[in-house]
Amino acid sequence: MTSGGDLEFRDLTLTRDGQRLLALSVTVAPGETLSIMGPSGSGKSTLLAMATGTISPEFDTSGRIILGGRDITALPPQDRQVGILFQDDVLFPHLSVRGNLAFGLHPSVKGRKARMAAVDEALAGVGLAGFADRDPATLSGGQRARVALMRVLLSQPKALLLDEPFSKLDAGLRDQIRNLVFDHARAAGLPVVLVTHDPEDAKAAGGRVITVGG
Amino acid sequence: MPALGGETLSLQPWRDLFAVPGILRSALLSLCTGLAATLISVILVILIVATFQGTRGFRRVERVLSPLLSVPHAAAAFGLAFLIAPSGWLSRLLSPWLTGWNAPPDLLIIHDTWGLTLIGGLVIKEVPFLLLMTIAALPQADASRTLAAAMTLGYGRVSGWCRTVLPRVYPQIRLPVYAVLAFSMSTVEVALILGPTTPATLAVRVTGWMRDPDLTLWFQAAAGAALQLALVLFAFLLWRFGETVIARLALMRIMAGHRGRSDWFPRAIALVSALAVSGAVFAGLVVLGIWSFAGFWRFPDALPQAFSLKTWMRSGDTLLSLVATGMGIAVASVVVALILVLYQLQQTTRLDGSPDRGQGMWLVYLPLILPQISFLLGLQILSVISGLDGTHFGVFVCHLMFVLPYVYLSLSDPWKALNPRLSTVAATLGSGPWRIFWRVRLPLMLTPILTAAAVGLAVSLGLYLPTLLIGAGRVTTLTTEAVALTAGGDRRLIGVYGLLQAILPFIGFGMALAVPRLVWRNRRAMEARQ
Repeated sequence: MTSGGDLEFRDLTLTRDGQRLLALSVTVAPGETLSIMGPSGSGKSTLLAMATGTISPEFDTSGRIILGGRDITALPPQDRQVGILFQDDVLFPHLSVRGNLAFGLHPSVKGRKARMAAVDEALAGVGLAGFADRDPATLSGGQRARVALMRVLLSQPKALLLDEPFSKLDAGLRDQIRNLVFDHARAAGLPVVLVTHDPEDAKAAGGRVITVGG
Repeated sequence: MPALGGETLSLQPWRDLFAVPGILRSALLSLCTGLAATLISVILVILIVATFQGTRGFRRVERVLSPLLSVPHAAAAFGLAFLIAPSGWLSRLLSPWLTGWNAPPDLLIIHDTWGLTLIGGLVIKEVPFLLLMTIAALPQADASRTLAAAMTLGYGRVSGWCRTVLPRVYPQIRLPVYAVLAFSMSTVEVALILGPTTPATLAVRVTGWMRDPDLTLWFQAAAGAALQLALVLFAFLLWRFGETVIARLALMRIMAGHRGRSDWFPRAIALVSALAVSGAVFAGLVVLGIWSFAGFWRFPDALPQAFSLKTWMRSGDTLLSLVATGMGIAVASVVVALILVLYQLQQTTRLDGSPDRGQGMWLVYLPLILPQISFLLGLQILSVISGLDGTHFGVFVCHLMFVLPYVYLSLSDPWKALNPRLSTVAATLGSGPWRIFWRVRLPLMLTPILTAAAVGLAVSLGLYLPTLLIGAGRVTTLTTEAVALTAGGDRRLIGVYGLLQAILPFIGFGMALAVPRLVWRNRRAMEARQ
């Protein structure tokens, strides 16, 4: 995987109905994790939607988002190479585990055999070898979280956003998945932005912490 | 049917049917126009929703297309005819400066042999219907988050939507899609107004035989109606097979990971078709309106030289009695349908508010997915035997059968969405089931009930074949009379009937919007519901 370069939020503002929700200017280096903390409704998840380009139309925004020297502010989501993990895993229920991972796997991996091998390798890497043909609905929460992580990494993003992805996991599992996600992101050399209201998440991330709202 | 001399079972009706000249061509026309209209409508709806879901434009598309739903098929078909006929409005607007025409060109556009105009007339009505059905299914498919997930993985909007949202939405709109398929293959009014005539589609010809003074043609008509049913079932099988094949191919493409990132082309088609569909219906209604007030109107003039109320005055009394009959039957069938559906919902809801699985409710939907002509023939014979043919009561019973499924469709989801804890609280405060019904559930359901009533009203007012066959020419409504005008070709009169036919259902939807606003003007939580 290629190391992508800095993710920069330059003079970002977020407004709804004329009310300023947040303003931010920060740069995240490859391999670094920035944690953004704040209560619900503070606009921190919307900030991530702004970065992925899936923000809902009722928000007004300004500022620029630069990834690896490229201004992605006006690009459609599919051209940004920004991956995201949500609070829920959003696995596609109509596809098998293999289908979900193949869906994510970057199109530059060509040929049926090579693609299947890449999927199997990814599954084995998170201890899910042999799960390829399972229905995602039959997996446990921790297994689903791992599939979701591999799906986003296989799409070869240049930055990774985390929208409270650990908050729905059991306490025992949370540490394990948290470490897994941060280890993989660091190994891939991705700039990571984590949004959370759990101080434990921010502590485990080990990087800078910015508090917004409230 | 001993009265008609048919005392034994025989294959004679079938022999007669297949001896009719051009019958196979009629059958083939029905099959092909129906499949084409459905396929085009489904593709356009998929492209429109995939392109606009979650954008600022989506509400606008929804708002523009939803009123089109209440325009009866016949009125929309007349409007389209008035737009694209050789002497229609489009040709007038472009002549003579662009086309050089000083007289209407001799082109077969309306009633074209291939049924292309018929397909167009069906598409402009089915796209709004399928679109609203799809929009209603989106929340259950978790559409916005799913689409966002696909797009952040590098997929274009349209290709991502088709790969992730469509597989979950489609099962929910399958019933409406099959209803569209059955209707498109067996429509009589749209085919009479726009469809081929030499030969006409199967349903049109069967209707002709059933209306023939020579009653022995009924045997042949019965065979034709059965053939129509077989054709529709065959089309269902074909469609189902197509679904399976496409799902297979799509899965292979998903595995290969093609992103389809550049999707300006399908998005352009979506935009153009949304504009074309709404434009065709609205402009069609405008032309109907202009014709109804037109004095002398020479070809290539874009507008008549003078406007007059003559046509309206001339037909005033007839119109009043037609509207009274139509509204009477519509209101009666809607009221009875509402009572039946609400009673059914109330009876199958348990005390904790959770709904029972409605057993056998699929029977209610049968009139939607079977070709009307196939079972109306039987009903017509039943009505003759019971002496109900040509009576208002007979027509009302038949309308009820078609209104009921739409009322049930519009009410059952909002009913199930009612917060069950409201009922629980009411019960613990000492209310019995019926007190909960009158004091809690019914008021909360005001908006859905009015919407269901408006939908039912529009359905009943637009029904052509059931009114024609059970009414037996003695019970007539705006719809049957308007379609009957096709043959005469008096554009001013068609304008009057078509416009009035389109306006009546609008009134119902207007009230469904206005009344809740008035009643709940001091209840913010109720406003938010709408």
